[in-house]
Amino acid sequence: MSLKRKDFLGLYNVSKEEINQILDTAIAMKDILTRTVKKVPTLRGKTVINLFYEPSTRTKFSFNLAAKRLSADVMSISKSSSSIAKGESLLDTAKTMEVMGADVVVIRHSAPGAAKFLAENISASVLNAGDGAHAHPTQALLDIYSIKEKLGQVAGLKVLIVGDIAHSRVARSNIWGLNKLGAEVAVAGPQTLIPREIEKMGVKVYSDLDQALENVDVVNILRIQMERQESGLFPSIREYREIYGMNAERLERIGKKAMIMHPGPMNRGIEIESSVADSSQSVITEQVKNGVAIRMALLYLLAGREIDNENLN
Amino acid sequence: MKTLIKNGKVYDSKNGLNGKYDILIEGNKIFEINKEIKNQGSKVIDAEGKIIIPALIDMHTHLREPGFEEKETVKTGCEAAAAGGFSAVAAMPNTKPIADNPAVVEHLKLKSEKAAVRVYPIGSITQDSKGEVLSEIGTLAKTGVKVLSDDGNPVMNSEIMRRAMEYASAFDLPIIDHCEDKNLSQDGVMHEGYYSTIFGLKGIPAAAEDIMVARDIVLAEMTGIHLHIAHLSTEGSLNLVKDAKDRGVNVTFEVTPHHLLLTDKEVGDYNPDTKVHPPLRSERDKNILVEALKAGEIDVLATDHAPHTFEDKLGEFDYAAFGISGLETALSLLYHNFIKAEIIDWDDLLRMYYYNPGEILNIESEGLKQGARADLLIFNPDREWTVEKNKFKSKGKNTPFAGQKLSGKNELTFVGGKLVYDDRGGKNEILY
Repeated sequence: MSLKRKDFLGLYNVSKEEINQILDTAIAMKDILTRTVKKVPTLRGKTVINLFYEPSTRTKFSFNLAAKRLSADVMSISKSSSSIAKGESLLDTAKTMEVMGADVVVIRHSAPGAAKFLAENISASVLNAGDGAHAHPTQALLDIYSIKEKLGQVAGLKVLIVGDIAHSRVARSNIWGLNKLGAEVAVAGPQTLIPREIEKMGVKVYSDLDQALENVDVVNILRIQMERQESGLFPSIREYREIYGMNAERLERIGKKAMIMHPGPMNRGIEIESSVADSSQSVITEQVKNGVAIRMALLYLLAGREIDNENLN
Repeated sequence: MKTLIKNGKVYDSKNGLNGKYDILIEGNKIFEINKEIKNQGSKVIDAEGKIIIPALIDMHTHLREPGFEEKETVKTGCEAAAAGGFSAVAAMPNTKPIADNPAVVEHLKLKSEKAAVRVYPIGSITQDSKGEVLSEIGTLAKTGVKVLSDDGNPVMNSEIMRRAMEYASAFDLPIIDHCEDKNLSQDGVMHEGYYSTIFGLKGIPAAAEDIMVARDIVLAEMTGIHLHIAHLSTEGSLNLVKDAKDRGVNVTFEVTPHHLLLTDKEVGDYNPDTKVHPPLRSERDKNILVEALKAGEIDVLATDHAPHTFEDKLGEFDYAAFGISGLETALSLLYHNFIKAEIIDWDDLLRMYYYNPGEILNIESEGLKQGARADLLIFNPDREWTVEKNKFKSKGKNTPFAGQKLSGKNELTFVGGKLVYDDRGGKNEILY
């Protein structure tokens, strides 16, 4: 079993069937994570390289752990984006990975399209761990997995994404993925943080959070970057918290059945109150666990491409 | 040395030509145009089935020299122009150093003496194109500069632009403005809209262009100067210019072939060759520009030829340079998409790509007539070809049209009576 693609760059052109295949594989992977011996030999002899051009603690750790659980050899390289002026450096680094025998390159980069550029230039599989505001498919898949796990299904659910949609790769990937599985997706946030013509992606747009929260099943709250306020996109943190923050009162209103998500890291007390983050409706810590399972599934399905081929020969 | 071009279909209704004529070139001039000219010892070119028009004038070209010779030189840029069917180009001043003083202009003139086509230097509006202090506009005019522009580094301060217009009007120099409100465009890399949203790329709103077009029109109205809007790309800007013209404001504008043919959707796979200023706009903007083309509302066509190295365009879209290498595809693109499709005819093309640019640049552009300078091209409308960027004479291989199959190609370019380019049988030869 494997994906019929070399790379995994986003959910835009991935089919519903492929998404379900990944989610199903992740169930088996999550099972491994609950065992006493949390390791399988599946990717023994395979090399996974984590190439992180942006600071990241959780995603990098999650990919590292996922590769190790599958017994792959894994290396992580962190570079600061600011030290790279041009694309050649990414290209040269990628070619170096290639000759060193990487099977899968996981890339995080601040430039949209960087993962695609890499994929076009190396024969190893490329797994996008976030490229600018473009895509973050593993985060979206783990979000979808978490929804399915908690609510049993995705189709027909009303999912609201709250916050800085404009700069969010998480929002974009979630919209593609959730729409494919038949959810009803809406976004809410200050108009300055809602990108132009996003409704064409098939989402409803709200600037009034309370209106948006009516009858929702899932609320996915995005991290608000302080620098957005500094660059004039909204007036103050205080006002943001008041108008777009998820607080106990709003939680109360959406009821016990609705679930709360956050991709992390959270600004507790700003976009999300601690009482919400730690509530029984919150799956925020479960999301982290599911992230490892989803990444194991994808590494397996991508590297499995070659395992399948070798078995055939 | 005489050259007799026989049996070509000649288009130039300004000079009463529309049909089969023979053209005799002697020295640098057209000696005779007639239905039938007997050969008396001339070199004969058979142009049966070919089209003959005045060679075009591109009033928006970046030759990059001095300072960026890795991207283009006067020599290679002019060879590209010759191949594209141009007899003259106007060179934008954003070189290094900026063409804000006679030394840089004289240097360019000197370099151009041996080039394949004529080069008209454009002087900068402000010193170092910083938008702060006026260039020595009077001195530039004396050096032979015919128009001014801070292309690429638009003058943001309206007070400076006002003073530049007032000052330049004394020397009868039009101002060409690259209209972009830098506060609105910021670090945007493509048109803001649905596609920038899904690609996650920073958008440049149409308003960034419209606002500066509006400002410039107001200032042009106030100062009475001739304002020429470079590479107009939005519906809003077009409406503003049309309104201004109706009021009698002295404003003209140009449109590039790429803004008539491509949209923001083309950025699709993060192709750096689609990254350009102003950005490829929406389908609606493009269609409206094509309507304007059809309605005869566009004053000038220009390439905004902006050559870059392979490395400048390699890698992540965010880091790639802005610009399209356009001289060697412009004519065929316009023929293939608009003349052959009967949206415009050859005389429309000449108005936008020869007579109007000639008038704005204030240079000789008499067309095809006896005694006029022999600047002409011979176009093969039946030639089917594929855009191969590696065959470009330009150092800039950055074209989003690579691989496109086009019908119709320039095969011979004469500049001042001299054959400078020959592509009969795919020779693709520069001769001078």
